[in-house]
Amino acid sequence: MAIDNAELIRMYRTMLTIRRFEERASKEFRGGSVPGLVHSYIGQEAIAVGVCFNLRKDDRMVSNHRGHGHLISKGADIRRMMAEIYGKRTGYCKGKGGSMHIADFSIGILGANGIVAAGLPIATGAALAAHLEGGDRIAAVFFGDGACQEGEFQESLNLASIWKLPIIFVCENNQYGVNTHYQYAIAGGSIPRRARAYNLPVRTVDGNDVVAVYEAAREVVARTRTHVGPYFLEFKTYRWYPHFESDAIPDLRPREEIAAWKKKDPIKRLAKRLLKEGVATARELEAINEEVLGRIDEAVKYAVESPLPRPEDALEDVYSTQGIS
Amino acid sequence: MRKITYAQATLEALQEEFRRDKRVIHMSNDIPPELREEFGEERVRLTPIAESAFVGAATGAAGSGFISVVDLRMATFGFVAMDQMVNQLAKITYMFGGQARFPVLLRMSIGAGIHMAAQHSISPYAMYMNVPGLKIITPATPYDIKGLLKTAVRDPNPVICFEHSLLAPLEGEVPDGEYTLPLGEADVKRKGSDVTIVAISKMLHDALAVAGEMEKRGVSVEVIDPRSLVPLDINTIKKSVAKTGRFVVVDEACRTCGAAAEILARVTEDEDIFRKLKSTPRRVCGLDVPIPYSPPMEDYVIPDRAKIRAAVEKVVGSQA
Repeated sequence: MAIDNAELIRMYRTMLTIRRFEERASKEFRGGSVPGLVHSYIGQEAIAVGVCFNLRKDDRMVSNHRGHGHLISKGADIRRMMAEIYGKRTGYCKGKGGSMHIADFSIGILGANGIVAAGLPIATGAALAAHLEGGDRIAAVFFGDGACQEGEFQESLNLASIWKLPIIFVCENNQYGVNTHYQYAIAGGSIPRRARAYNLPVRTVDGNDVVAVYEAAREVVARTRTHVGPYFLEFKTYRWYPHFESDAIPDLRPREEIAAWKKKDPIKRLAKRLLKEGVATARELEAINEEVLGRIDEAVKYAVESPLPRPEDALEDVYSTQGIS
Repeated sequence: MRKITYAQATLEALQEEFRRDKRVIHMSNDIPPELREEFGEERVRLTPIAESAFVGAATGAAGSGFISVVDLRMATFGFVAMDQMVNQLAKITYMFGGQARFPVLLRMSIGAGIHMAAQHSISPYAMYMNVPGLKIITPATPYDIKGLLKTAVRDPNPVICFEHSLLAPLEGEVPDGEYTLPLGEADVKRKGSDVTIVAISKMLHDALAVAGEMEKRGVSVEVIDPRSLVPLDINTIKKSVAKTGRFVVVDEACRTCGAAAEILARVTEDEDIFRKLKSTPRRVCGLDVPIPYSPPMEDYVIPDRAKIRAAVEKVVGSQA
């Protein structure tokens, strides 16, 4: 089934939103107006968009430390995201989490996570909830190749498999855990083989082709909604920038390799397709870019103008006061 | 009033909460047959031995509208799931700015005296007291565990219930009807006027025995069980020490940075109470070694009645 043109344009707009958001967050961080750290998602935009565009608002998603793209694709408000990154009171977490811990439970975002692979058990629990609720909700969790060596990865795949939980494990194989190549870190060199060992069906897809990602995710999401068990998707991709936006850890990846992957830009690739198939004109694409840049400016303005938390706000929210009955 | 065991009281608490609220689920790799039979395998889930996965799954399910009860069995196995407990469950309500709640009750057995050596004997609640975001209870009687567990299931936050292994067969009075006990309320288990003993978990029973002996010698000992370490009802303890002026804290866990140290510090850093002290307060704690296997060594490193008695005599001085 072909993807309709309006959906393609929406995907383009969202990929571009992620790109411009990350460019701006990085610029502001390097300029000193953002505390902490940001892990850039640039280069991997097609995966978050292709997968999340197949999820419903009530599906639950768990993200990781490189999470801005997942959040934007699942429908998070970029103003509140930016405000959180700025450490402002209006941020998603009132400035208590920052870039790596943004959540929006109202749209099924159960949080980004600063610990590699730690989101997998949590997402498995979200899938357990979906299973117990009945119905056709599902859970999805994003993680990188680096997470595949953690015990929590092995345990979660196993648990989801024996309990036949409705979860999609989305591995973004960007090939490096910081500077360590997955071929070094993974015995046998294959992530899919690991997933198959836990009896999960697996598909490996070009993570820089949003149409391929979307089509694979559409099929896998439809299957998972029938609650027949978990699925594992491996997307081959590459992050353009160092592990995080700082020079504290040097980028040791081969320069030529980085340059070669930048030529496989998922956004340019989609743009080319849109132009070729007559879905959009160059002028229309440029108008989308302008619109996105305007929204990013607006988000930054919102963040900058928002109040900082009061120091003593640090004492709130250690415990939930939400009623349970 | 009827008498039931600590283990029966625990089971009753869970059964009643499972009946009351269909959202309550249970995960453990050693499941209580009574729960399984009454509530079925979907709600009472058998897990593989994969602590990180099932503690994390309990967290994810709790964040998705369920109420998770996890029996980790021994507290030493809990360490396998430390990332999920400490980095995730304890912190994410806060890190997400309070937008979600994670009602998870974690149960773990603690204590020495079972000749199982250090990898099956520990009382690690102080480690968790050092992690903001968790609530911690250490019930020592059938009545207390039933009331506290029922409250813990209804709390929107993670609660860890530490249960001393040797308490399971202990019998005590438990009323037939429904009741709950609030977290953060210490219980004065025995009234007295000369010395205050605060005793945690199983040590309560040893402290009460010593109090009985001391009474025959003319020393009136007040015994307080904090019951909940987080939140800690320091006011009840302070009130007692202000009255007696003599203070002993008894805890089976290691002395260094323990719950006893914390309780002692919080009482004595209160200037009014400090001035009212008639003698130097003392701790009776486990020695700072891993719990050894062989009984003579094991007995040596954990507090017993003789050690508690000696501490009481010391704080009472010539009066005893």
